[in-house]
Amino acid sequence: MTCDEDLFQYLLRLGDSPLILAQRLGEWVGHGPVLEEDIAQANVGLDLLGQARWWLSYAGEVEARFRAAGRDEDQLAFLREAGEFRNLLLAEQPNGNFADTTARQFLFDAWHLLLLRALARSSDPRIAGIAAKSAKEAAYHVERSGDWVIRLGDGTHESHARMQAAIDDLWMYTGEMFAPDAIELALIEVGIAADVRELATPWRQHVDAVLGAATLKAPEGVFMQQGGKRGEHTEHLGHLLAEMQVLPRAHPGARW
Amino acid sequence: MIAAPARRGLHASNGAAPAVATRPSLGTLWEVIALVPDPEIPVVSVVDLGILRGIEWDLADASTLVVTVTPTYSGCPATDVIMASIRDALFAAGVTRARIETRLSPAWTTDWMTPDAKRKLRDYGIAPPDGMSPPGRPKGEYRSAKREGTPVTPPEAPTSALAATSRIDVAGISPLRHGAAVACPRCESRRTQLLSQFGSTACKAHYRCLACLEPFDYFKPH
Repeated sequence: MTCDEDLFQYLLRLGDSPLILAQRLGEWVGHGPVLEEDIAQANVGLDLLGQARWWLSYAGEVEARFRAAGRDEDQLAFLREAGEFRNLLLAEQPNGNFADTTARQFLFDAWHLLLLRALARSSDPRIAGIAAKSAKEAAYHVERSGDWVIRLGDGTHESHARMQAAIDDLWMYTGEMFAPDAIELALIEVGIAADVRELATPWRQHVDAVLGAATLKAPEGVFMQQGGKRGEHTEHLGHLLAEMQVLPRAHPGARW
Repeated sequence: MIAAPARRGLHASNGAAPAVATRPSLGTLWEVIALVPDPEIPVVSVVDLGILRGIEWDLADASTLVVTVTPTYSGCPATDVIMASIRDALFAAGVTRARIETRLSPAWTTDWMTPDAKRKLRDYGIAPPDGMSPPGRPKGEYRSAKREGTPVTPPEAPTSALAATSRIDVAGISPLRHGAAVACPRCESRRTQLLSQFGSTACKAHYRCLACLEPFDYFKPH
């Protein structure tokens, strides 16, 4: 594979996780536990959607360098099948209850901020620019989601039990966040990609600190699911895409 | 070209573009854009907020004005409206063609907001950003909202060059609770309380004043 093909794949990974997570957060609109959190969650989703647009637009431009035509952000978002998505498995997990959503968000945000801060030093200036901008937003995201983990974990018996169950359920999807494959290793070599292996320790320290404050425990000896980077997804992604993509697929080229 | 924050340097820049008799001067056009309001906070303009970064005539086509803007938040839904409003204002001022270019780097920061903008925000009932954006803030401790006594220790830095700056500085990212308390824009009391990190828009947090009991938005340092 050429470097551009690797870069295209890498940009899909960077863009697909925030895109899919934004769609999940969008599902909450109108259903939040309180109005303030309904709005906050939608705002986090909007940030992530905006970030996904930067990444996917760039991906389309890179694709045009090695294929006859590159796809634009809309074609990439709305006209790919589940197997062509490269998001983390964590991002596509269903909303569940508010603790499930909060756990998913916190585990993701803590990783996302580290990743973006590392990518702000990428040798690719476009990646560095998008990452530096997005990192400022991610800093607010992880502050909010961490606060909620603590508030629910160190809350009532009921909220504690639900928060612990959510962390236990989602833990198996955190392993692939720190496992680079051949594409990433090639891009790490040239300083374009972030070495996610180096994010594992600071991520774990942050997560443990928040879980500790929340009187929660990280599960041990969990088998780690992987596959998002290869397009091997859980059954949930197809259902999510059915809703996300129905309009552009039913009415190709439709505009407001 | 006129580049932000060169509002003070308008006169020097006016003659820089090649002379075309019928087109308005860049100084005039900057003032025109300075009247375009933010669609969600109409008391401040896109210039007040630091969104407009520069205007210049296209070197290849002297009748096309190139407008450079830096978006605030990646997902801000006002961005498209802002761009359309800038275009409309320019056409009304006699510009025949305008091209709006988005510049991501350096990333937008509330540090670019003019002092005048902060005053307008306060008068409108929105607490303006207090101090500098998070990277420049003094370090504090990240504490749970519920357990004030439980600091969360920042993890250690990874070692490689690329990851070197990725140390999670949980101290620096928690400006809402750990800077000086945000002052209520109505009664100026600092006895205020954070309700949610996100208010009516992504750029604002939701607060309440414990003195006058009014809720208010806080434009977050970014």
